[in-house]
Amino acid sequence: MSAMLDSALQAAPATKARGYWATVARRIVGDKVSMACAIILVLIFASALLAPWLGLADPYQGSMIRRLRHIGTPGYPLGTDELGRDMLARLIYGGRLSLIVGILPVIFAFAIGTSLGLVAGYVGGRINTAIMRTVDVFYAFPSVLLAIAISGALGAGITNSIVSLTIVFVPQITRVAESVTTGVRNMDFVEAARASGAGPITIMRVHMLGNVLGAIFVYATGLISVSMILAAGLSFLGLGTKPPEPEWGLMLNTLRTAIYVNPWVAALPGAMIFAVSICFNLLSDGMRSAMDIRN
Amino acid sequence: MFAYIARRIVYVIPIVICVALVCFLLVHITPGDPLVAVLPADASQELAAQLRSAYGFDRPLPVQFGLWLWRALHGDLGSSIATGRPVLTEVMRAVGNTVMLAVAAAMIGFTFGLLFGLIAGYFRDTWVDKVATSVAIAGVSLPHYWLGMVLVIIFSVQLNWLPAVGAGPGGSGAWAWDWEHLRYLVLPAITTSVIPMGIITRTVRALTGDILSQDFVEALRAKGLRETAVFRHVVKNAAPTALAVMGLQLGYMLGGSILIETVFSWPGSGLLLNSAIFQRDLPLLQGTILVLALFFVLLNLLVDIAQAAIDPRIKRS
Amino acid sequence: MMTEANLPADMLEPVADVGGIAQPLLQVKGLTKHFPVRGGLFSPQKTVRAVDNLSFAVMKGETVGIVGESGCGKSTTARLLMHLMPRDGGDIVYDGMQVGRSLSLRELRRGMQMVFQDSYASLNPRLTIEESIAFGPKVHGMADGAARTLARELLGKVGLRPETFANRYPHEISGGQRQRVNIARALALSPRLVILDEAVSALDKSVEAQVLNLLADLKREFGLTYLFISHDLNVVRYISDRVLVMYLGEVVELGPVDAVWDAPAHPYTRALLAAMPSSVPDRRTEVPPISGDPPNPIDPPSGCRFHTRCPFAEPVCANDTPKLGDLDTMGHQAACYMAVPGSGHSRAPAKARGDDAA
Repeated sequence: MSAMLDSALQAAPATKARGYWATVARRIVGDKVSMACAIILVLIFASALLAPWLGLADPYQGSMIRRLRHIGTPGYPLGTDELGRDMLARLIYGGRLSLIVGILPVIFAFAIGTSLGLVAGYVGGRINTAIMRTVDVFYAFPSVLLAIAISGALGAGITNSIVSLTIVFVPQITRVAESVTTGVRNMDFVEAARASGAGPITIMRVHMLGNVLGAIFVYATGLISVSMILAAGLSFLGLGTKPPEPEWGLMLNTLRTAIYVNPWVAALPGAMIFAVSICFNLLSDGMRSAMDIRN
Repeated sequence: MFAYIARRIVYVIPIVICVALVCFLLVHITPGDPLVAVLPADASQELAAQLRSAYGFDRPLPVQFGLWLWRALHGDLGSSIATGRPVLTEVMRAVGNTVMLAVAAAMIGFTFGLLFGLIAGYFRDTWVDKVATSVAIAGVSLPHYWLGMVLVIIFSVQLNWLPAVGAGPGGSGAWAWDWEHLRYLVLPAITTSVIPMGIITRTVRALTGDILSQDFVEALRAKGLRETAVFRHVVKNAAPTALAVMGLQLGYMLGGSILIETVFSWPGSGLLLNSAIFQRDLPLLQGTILVLALFFVLLNLLVDIAQAAIDPRIKRS
Repeated sequence: MMTEANLPADMLEPVADVGGIAQPLLQVKGLTKHFPVRGGLFSPQKTVRAVDNLSFAVMKGETVGIVGESGCGKSTTARLLMHLMPRDGGDIVYDGMQVGRSLSLRELRRGMQMVFQDSYASLNPRLTIEESIAFGPKVHGMADGAARTLARELLGKVGLRPETFANRYPHEISGGQRQRVNIARALALSPRLVILDEAVSALDKSVEAQVLNLLADLKREFGLTYLFISHDLNVVRYISDRVLVMYLGEVVELGPVDAVWDAPAHPYTRALLAAMPSSVPDRRTEVPPISGDPPNPIDPPSGCRFHTRCPFAEPVCANDTPKLGDLDTMGHQAACYMAVPGSGHSRAPAKARGDDAA
């Protein structure tokens, strides 16, 4: 059977082999849910980035005579907030800070956690014990509590929010990176690479990174969802940015009192957080199944 | 089994000490002098020095930590700067309310999570599965504080069925097990239950799929077992893991209650933490976080031991 | 057979032959590896004696087989020889040179290569086959282009058309083809010794035969020496010149393959051969097959490690550990008191006669 297969393949014409990442990319593009999420995210990112050129109202300019207009009011498609500022403009401008504070901690934690996890997983021994036991200590805190504790101790502010969320996510990414690295490190092909005389740096670069980064990246993408919710949550508590800066969590906070007057306008910023969060979650799921080579 | 429990407990001790260290250091990463919050603005140098030595702030850090840990072990977490009452008393009273909220939410989350997970796993890749998994994904992606607001908008503002804030009529502190009080628990508990519900749905769905694809289920079917019996079998196999996940989620709910308690003005540990942060009441901040983290560590330990008791394979690893 | 013209023009220079034909290519003396096992909370730490005081030699150009049940330390031995894990004791001498003295670890790894059992796990799933084979030569300083040319040439040598296979990924080819790739990868460093650790065990029987024939051809073409580790006695007999039987980390019998097969001296060897499916009905079940599982290597029995399962065990076997003793002048040795004259075992040959070894 196999002998026949052998000769059949021998005879087959030379085919253009698709690389692993090309296959993954093709599968993600073919997945409707992932693509829909990607498009929504691109729209939100692009509008936040290009906000000054979209011809929007001034997000800081309020007016006492047009406070809390309803959704659909002419001139104010999404109504106005408690100080009479245009909600559409504030939601789009609000994306700038909200996305930065939500995503930067994951990027920082990805860089730090991956490095720590790779070292712990590849070197092993005492270094592994030292890194992983430290990580265990941070796992003894629920992540929301840890983020709020650090932010609360450091004081309100965007930088402090980013620092505290980074501290929350580093142990999580480190743990994932360590377990993936340990798994790959024990594979025979790493042994074979060592047996061919390659040093640890070469093995790390050629044989480990490509097999490890994908899984960590997918995990980090899923974390962005949590990070967006937590970052906005810190602002919601008053630990993030300060008024009058537009930011979704803070807007949700200042609009809380307006729920008796104009409830659905007050709920809008949360819908934005939800949209970004669920898109990153679904995208992470889509990438995970696209990268699973077995199916 | 005893050896396993002993080993787990021995392993927890260094974690507890490190958790205490992190809580202790929290106060020392705060910008500025920790005395600022206690000192009157026009305090003299002598008064500052006096207070400094009274609080022990003039000693080296490791000594301060040792003394603090020693007192904490004896139940002395200092006094709240704002109210002057012992921190431990304040925290324990608030934790009681949070535990009530978390347990109520856990029951809702566990019941619906198990239900949705079983249905999704059993009818895999049908529209039922799609609905259940969508609910689960939405559950873990929702900003729960926003969900709280939306529920208040619907059930308090629009329909006027349930109260929006507080933990009892007239803002009184006393709790009673009657509908007048329970009404206040409904919205916060549902809001809190959404995340664990999503997580348990996903876990149980995966578990159900795994169990159904195993050979022994095929064997049971081949033996002519009815589908209801197979289903009961799946529930029996999936429930312990779901329960363990729920145990961990209970810990997250205890620690993560601050946002929801702020939305609903629920007088629990989260609201206490909130006021501690904004009044710069550092002993209270430190004490609340320590107590909540220790609860979390304890719950993790209990879940580990319970799981090992159910599944003997775990003890080996 | 082995002419310069047969070799690809730009292979790595093999590690020079220093000792001549009389010097063993590999000498192993007293090789020992103990793994610590975590005890309970209050119990002391224990050790698994995976490889215990192992000594043997591999001559240039021969194929030595290592057989034994799973868990007897065969694969640990292979990894120790490759210096993939640190050893607790013993010397590994390559052509008269010791690693760290007259031979660097890098040079040793050029002179000695290994093929693993799991053909899929031993290839990086993210690299094409060509890249996997070219990796080793590049580590040793070959330019990328030259290494890729060499990789394609070696693919041809192991019977895979380079145009078809060079750009494929491991999951796109069959198990037999993958193991051919692994062999090419090992050959890419111009080794003189190749350790084959259960290299054909996972393959279908028909594919296994093809790969074994390929190994024999390559040995002739490249002048290789093989250390062939397997639990499959038929395969070992087919490919080996000499064989080494391991039990719980120790050598119990060693000798030319025909001598061991025709006159097995150790009861363990006899039991292994008896348990082997044989095509000759008369040769079946002469000796009662071994009963039970191997003892726990954490706590090996005292004396001869086999005495707990040996049908001929006597008190002497539990008290002292037998050493490998010569059975003839052809290098057939066994570690059993039944083979040592005057050992105190009732079945031992009388002193000074020693013509009745089996």
